[in-house]
Amino acid sequence: MEVMASGALTTVQDLGRGGLTHLGVGHCGAADRDSLTLANRLVGNAEGAAALETTLGGLVVRFDRTTLIAVTGAVCPLRLGHRRIDMNAPVYARPDDILHIGTATAGARAYLAVRGGVDVPAVLGSRSTDLLSGLGPAIVRPGHCLPVGGDAASPPAVDHAPPRRLGASTLDVVLGPRDDWFAADARSILLAEPFRVTPRGNRVGVRLDGPPLRRRVRDELPPEPLTCGAIQVPPDGQPLLFLADHPVTGGYPVIAVLADADVAAAAQLRPGDDVRFRLAVP
Amino acid sequence: MRAKRYGQHAVLIEVDDLDEVVALHAALLRDPPPGVTAAVPAARTVLVRYDRRATTMDKLVSAVAELPSGAPDPKSQAPVDIPVCYDGADLDEVARLCGLDPGDVVARHAAGEYRAAFAGFAPGFCYLTGLDPALRVPRRATPRTAVPSGAVAIADEYTAVYPRSSPGGWHILGRTAMSMWDTHARPPARLAPGTRVRFTEVTA
Repeated sequence: MEVMASGALTTVQDLGRGGLTHLGVGHCGAADRDSLTLANRLVGNAEGAAALETTLGGLVVRFDRTTLIAVTGAVCPLRLGHRRIDMNAPVYARPDDILHIGTATAGARAYLAVRGGVDVPAVLGSRSTDLLSGLGPAIVRPGHCLPVGGDAASPPAVDHAPPRRLGASTLDVVLGPRDDWFAADARSILLAEPFRVTPRGNRVGVRLDGPPLRRRVRDELPPEPLTCGAIQVPPDGQPLLFLADHPVTGGYPVIAVLADADVAAAAQLRPGDDVRFRLAVP
Repeated sequence: MRAKRYGQHAVLIEVDDLDEVVALHAALLRDPPPGVTAAVPAARTVLVRYDRRATTMDKLVSAVAELPSGAPDPKSQAPVDIPVCYDGADLDEVARLCGLDPGDVVARHAAGEYRAAFAGFAPGFCYLTGLDPALRVPRRATPRTAVPSGAVAIADEYTAVYPRSSPGGWHILGRTAMSMWDTHARPPARLAPGTRVRFTEVTA
């Protein structure tokens, strides 16, 4: 398939490269794994096949042969050739059909899966582009031709999936590991006040703006491991919620970590959204 | 040893110094308690991820506390010898900050027995422990926008080799031609936590 426009940012993503964190290589992979795996199921791929992740829409691709495709994630108007098509459903693109993924109206990241997967070479076990470490395929740009893999083993098992509600305004967190480094009111602020998503976010993390979370302990924190979903608080008190391309270690305290189930929702936050945090049920 | 919950399926184990981190990480690799899926070392902490279907945080923390202690056998593995040309841009400044001659700085750095403690910052960037305390200097007030690949540098209690050109705030003592990272090699990193390292002075 040939990329004709790539919007704000389009990358190839699968489920990432595991097991190399101790060498300084982050996990990477689709920011919203739920949407990636759904798109792959819809076209009959293995769940972890490589697909395109596009940010806020604007991706246009032309197919040179008949290809089964599906788009999931951020809600975008879709056009294939001259007809409108729907998200969350497999659709056949015919040779020379052009798919337009319009501007997202809800959510931030949409996923285009093609039957057979995006067949760029794997790097350290993954086809994902890691913006922070520079590993994996280049960022997708207009003019790129991306190979599509051979037909997947099984026919698609579903022909439509219910859309997921995007823009969840409340995310579950587990406090710690460094919540005790913060002033007494920081925990209650984190769990009571809304935080606004700033435009300065990317696949590394979502930068939030809200009442500052003030520190009690002023020591310098020796570098500590970071994970996807960790909420780190730099000295300005404005939390940074890490996504797929997070650094493997960092020197600011982590006040709380998102519940696993809500990391995908965090990856669909868009600038201007308000988000609240509440304690996860253990 | 202190344990702190880190999300729903990880625990951060905090110890007193880098040597304990290296020992704990080595013990976790050698003898992982049931349910452990990954162990990531850092400066004073090791993050232990686990499968919640296989264990609980309390069980895991007890198992970690009972791991046989003791640093990895220093003779268990041959050190990686890294040839260094000590002509770094910050050699004179480090000498001034430490109250030493530049030649002393080089001699002390090259005499050290180091061990890779943990990675971070970039693929293959390992924080090496074992720096002579006389060479302990804070990071540069203003980081460089581009530190060249192969730069051998120090900051705080660490020394490291930059695996590729990147911004950086460490003091550059020299450079090596030895590659620290090759995406196509297995393993891709020359150094991993636990690797012993020596620096040998070479002339350009």
